[in-house]
Amino acid sequence: MLAIVGTVPNPEFPLVAGEVTVKNKNLQIQEKEIPVKRGTPALLGSAIKTVETLGQEAPFGYLIGDIGRGDGSQKLYQYLVKDLKEKNYHTLVFHYLQPHIGWHSRIQSVLQKLTPKPLIIADAGFMYVAKMSGRASDYDLFTPDMGELAFLADELAPHPFYTRGFLLHEENRVPDLIARAYLHGNAARYLLVKGQKDYIASKEGIQAIVEEYSSEAMEAIGGTGDTLTGIVAALIASGMEIDRAAVVSARVNRLAGYYAQPSPGTQVSEVIQYIPRALEEVLKHQKAYDEQIRIRPEPPHHA
Amino acid sequence: MGAFGFLNRTSPESKKNKNGDRGFLVFENTSEVIQAENLLKKEGWEVKVMGPPPEIRKGCDLVIEFPLIEELKITKTLQDAGIPPLQVVPVSHPLLEPVSLFQSKDFGKYLMVQAANMKLTVDKDSLTIVNISGGGCPDVPYLADQMLGKPLDEAPSPREIGHTLCGYALQLAYEEIRRRCLQS
Repeated sequence: MLAIVGTVPNPEFPLVAGEVTVKNKNLQIQEKEIPVKRGTPALLGSAIKTVETLGQEAPFGYLIGDIGRGDGSQKLYQYLVKDLKEKNYHTLVFHYLQPHIGWHSRIQSVLQKLTPKPLIIADAGFMYVAKMSGRASDYDLFTPDMGELAFLADELAPHPFYTRGFLLHEENRVPDLIARAYLHGNAARYLLVKGQKDYIASKEGIQAIVEEYSSEAMEAIGGTGDTLTGIVAALIASGMEIDRAAVVSARVNRLAGYYAQPSPGTQVSEVIQYIPRALEEVLKHQKAYDEQIRIRPEPPHHA
Repeated sequence: MGAFGFLNRTSPESKKNKNGDRGFLVFENTSEVIQAENLLKKEGWEVKVMGPPPEIRKGCDLVIEFPLIEELKITKTLQDAGIPPLQVVPVSHPLLEPVSLFQSKDFGKYLMVQAANMKLTVDKDSLTIVNISGGGCPDVPYLADQMLGKPLDEAPSPREIGHTLCGYALQLAYEEIRRRCLQS
């Protein structure tokens, strides 16, 4: 089963834990409705579209209101430290949470004792704190954008806000940045890097590059990284290998964006509605795509 | 503060100490840092937000670097405002500098400005904020909810309603895009 942990931008929203479905275009969890906008709701919305298309069970959500004060995240961390001990998820995603080294450490100590250990994906604030804590290698997948990749590559930066200028992202430096992130132990087992091209990498180097259906406007649309994380998480929870799921999800996210014919003013909910069509299309042609996967075996420059 | 109190605010001593004898103020959370920075800058002090050293790092942290010689006056000002610092520490090693580079992309009808991990996009004709992307702290979706669809000169500033480093980075992008769009 897939479980997703995150926050919603409403300070009044209580802590809820339960199956998440879609009703009237909104997310529904324990009879509460949440609009599908950027952040964890966008991740959940895209994960639900993916599991529905695959015929899989709905994801389980752990959600609370937090507008950046950290109060909601803290209550959720407290709850998770107890609850996760009793659960057995196949795939667990941590998303928009207030980075806090102490709570991250407590959550990790619970996760490390679980048998079998779930596949763990981190993005957004929880990816920041995983790297900040020096525990990135405990994770199976990170889904950074180019700016966040530069942060992972900067062994001194505790947050993307402090990424040193010489590392700031340039698309042509992606192989070096990936190598540098692994060199200092600041990357998960796999990286799915979202950008003009999407990169799938492991410590062995770049495994695949997905560049079809490129749309420049997608960079400006808030939540298109969240949709990618939602799709890849749902594919992994369905039993697909992580590297394969990363390639498929990159294609699906880009194709959904292409179908939406976006401008920089497009909202992410418009992209999410095209996920089922994009997923069916990608899976239908998967074999042909596999033959086209662009493997880039050359080593990074300074590795 | 008396009518001429501001004369003491950026004293010759603080200017002399611009490159040495600096201290930093530690607060309970980033919201307090942002409030304190607003207050101290308004009062004329030369302060700068920076990254804390690893030994006091908790998570989403900022500290305020200030001229140590002004410590008493600054801490009194902050106490009076109800935001006393938790600690005042002399700077012994270089602090982390926040990002100071901006990147921009002109989409024709739209302009996107990026600071650190945050991107803000406006419609160049109406100067309406149409998208906010990037970031990972929980105030980012909240800031987007509050700012989207509003003209640049009417939208709340991330400094007023944000609480985290991502909110702070968005403030930098917001200031830069205002500089480009509203002052031309």
